[in-house]
Amino acid sequence: MFMDYSLGDLGSIFVMQAFAGLILFSIFVLMALGLAIIFGQMGVINMAHGEFMILGAYMTYLTSNLFQTYLPSLYSIYFFVAMAVAFLASGALGLLVEWSMIRFLYKRPLDTLLATWGLSLILQQSYRSIFGAREVGVELPPWMMGSLPVTGTIEVQINGLFVMGLTVVITLSVYLLLYRSSWGKQVRAVMQNRVMAGAVGINTEKTDRYTFGLGCGIAGIAGSAFTMIGSTGPTAGQLYIVDTFLVVVFGGAQSLLGVIASAFTISQAQSTLEFFLSGSMAKVLTLLGVVVILMIRPQGLFTIKVRR
Amino acid sequence: MTPFDRSFFLARKDIVGIVILSALLIVILPLALDSFRLQMVGKYLTYAFVALGLVLCWGYAGILSLGQGIFFGLGGYCMAMYLKLEASSVENTKIQSTPGIPDFMDWNQLTELPYFWRPFHSFGFTTLAIVAVPAIFAGIIGFAMFKRRVGGVYFSIITQAIASILTILIIGQQGYTGGINGITDLRTLHGWDIRTDAAKSILYFVCVGLLLASILLAYYVKSSKLGRILVAMRDKEDRVRFSGYDVANFKVFIFCLSAILSAIGGAMFTLQVGFMSPSFVGTVPSIEMVIYCAVGGRLSLLGAVYGTLLVSWAKTSLSESFPELWLFGLGGLFIAVVLVFPNGLAGLYQTYVAPHLGKVFGLKPKTPSGAPAVAE
Repeated sequence: MFMDYSLGDLGSIFVMQAFAGLILFSIFVLMALGLAIIFGQMGVINMAHGEFMILGAYMTYLTSNLFQTYLPSLYSIYFFVAMAVAFLASGALGLLVEWSMIRFLYKRPLDTLLATWGLSLILQQSYRSIFGAREVGVELPPWMMGSLPVTGTIEVQINGLFVMGLTVVITLSVYLLLYRSSWGKQVRAVMQNRVMAGAVGINTEKTDRYTFGLGCGIAGIAGSAFTMIGSTGPTAGQLYIVDTFLVVVFGGAQSLLGVIASAFTISQAQSTLEFFLSGSMAKVLTLLGVVVILMIRPQGLFTIKVRR
Repeated sequence: MTPFDRSFFLARKDIVGIVILSALLIVILPLALDSFRLQMVGKYLTYAFVALGLVLCWGYAGILSLGQGIFFGLGGYCMAMYLKLEASSVENTKIQSTPGIPDFMDWNQLTELPYFWRPFHSFGFTTLAIVAVPAIFAGIIGFAMFKRRVGGVYFSIITQAIASILTILIIGQQGYTGGINGITDLRTLHGWDIRTDAAKSILYFVCVGLLLASILLAYYVKSSKLGRILVAMRDKEDRVRFSGYDVANFKVFIFCLSAILSAIGGAMFTLQVGFMSPSFVGTVPSIEMVIYCAVGGRLSLLGAVYGTLLVSWAKTSLSESFPELWLFGLGGLFIAVVLVFPNGLAGLYQTYVAPHLGKVFGLKPKTPSGAPAVAE
């Protein structure tokens, strides 16, 4: 399979493939960050995570339509507004969900799985009833379209670069929020020992609620970023949920660095394999690799040593 | 419960329950329903095998597998491969460029039967494979995971991932598996046409018979020493381990058993419905099967059967008349089961109905032993 290409072509293909892998990596990180907070920190199995992402995507779609109709002159910056809307909408829904069901289930993690699966079915059907079963896409502002030529044969898409930039910003913010703020300290204290945290005066219920809301809000931003790359349908969330969980578990659920490392490994493996095999076989091999490694190292790549 | 309360392994109330269920399935439903509806019940009952397996492995052993669709599919595909080979005899497929192989292989430019299809010419091998393939597969997964003490949530997520891998694989390898359409157009079993109404009602009774046998087996496992170890393991795994038991082996065993039950269900499904496709293998059907078990009651073997029948019946009738409402209904059911009645219908029965029944019939109501208020 290497014979048909010259050395230079092969080099460009690898660079382009690596770039595609980096975009996939950014998306995986965005998808997994929210889940790393909800599943890794809180231990809640949120099967509706994909639907929170899709909510963000739909919010972006609505915002873009709104700008197109009423504020066409500001269309070039609609995306920043859309991200904020997506974050708030998904976050608010997250708060509501935590208040109405998750808070009763902290001691029964497997039941959160069933309950949030039910939630995901309800959300899917709501999207279908509200937005229709058809897939929707948004129109990118002109400055996001096109690509930058790096060399004669290599070029990079601007929207891809934008997603990468966005991922860096969001990841840094999450890191600062969780590990460098006093609120983050409270969150981690509650997650490690809820009773003790309550005893020293932390309002654990409030901390739980806002942590869950934050995770869902980040999912919304991830969904918003999706719209730049592909279209959105009511059931799109289900396609991502297994991948997202594997990224988080593979990285070692409690570690932010682990999530990034595992997203990188999985995305690079998949995009490199995709070039040699069919897309579905690449996916099978990648997932299989992840499953086998998880069987050998159940705690994931990076783990914090905690006493259980 | 003292040993004198039961004969062999069934308590008196279990016997009553099984007799009522058998009467319902063997006498009442066949008399009350037309053959179309009865065939539908037969289809639902194949899911009940899966739910039964889930009661054993989730309710009693605390292992929630989100990949039971894998085993349902493996059993179903084994059966479908045999039936497909029988349907693709040389004279049936003489319009193809290479007669004698299944039609989808011909469409995908395969010119000879793949090696792993060949043994499925034999019915004996197929019957063996329906039990052995899923058991071996579950054994591999189980040993790899439980020996390394992967459990709880992680086990669920990994089984779910395996289910999605298998679906992608089946859809991707069209030439070998029939792709997204699955293996369709199955006609005869040993020359016996399985598409006629008479054949379908015979298959219904075969299915009921197998299900009742499986229920008895499950009761036996549950009430044996093994079953008690499983419950102990679910509640306090470390204590069982420190008592000198190899916890992993018990888990592997019960996981394999539930896989075999699911596979039998899958094989019966293929026989009754006449096709098998990847849409019964993936994560979505696997989770739906968990809800069958949860609605019936994750600690009740008979409850699982009723749960399956009720939910599938609700699904069919609701999605016929109100296709939009169905997902809302199913979603709401998931949430309600978890939040409001975690022990399912069987739990409701135990709490609200059984005490009254006891008064009416002068029986002393028993509190279920070994059942925690909420199982994880």
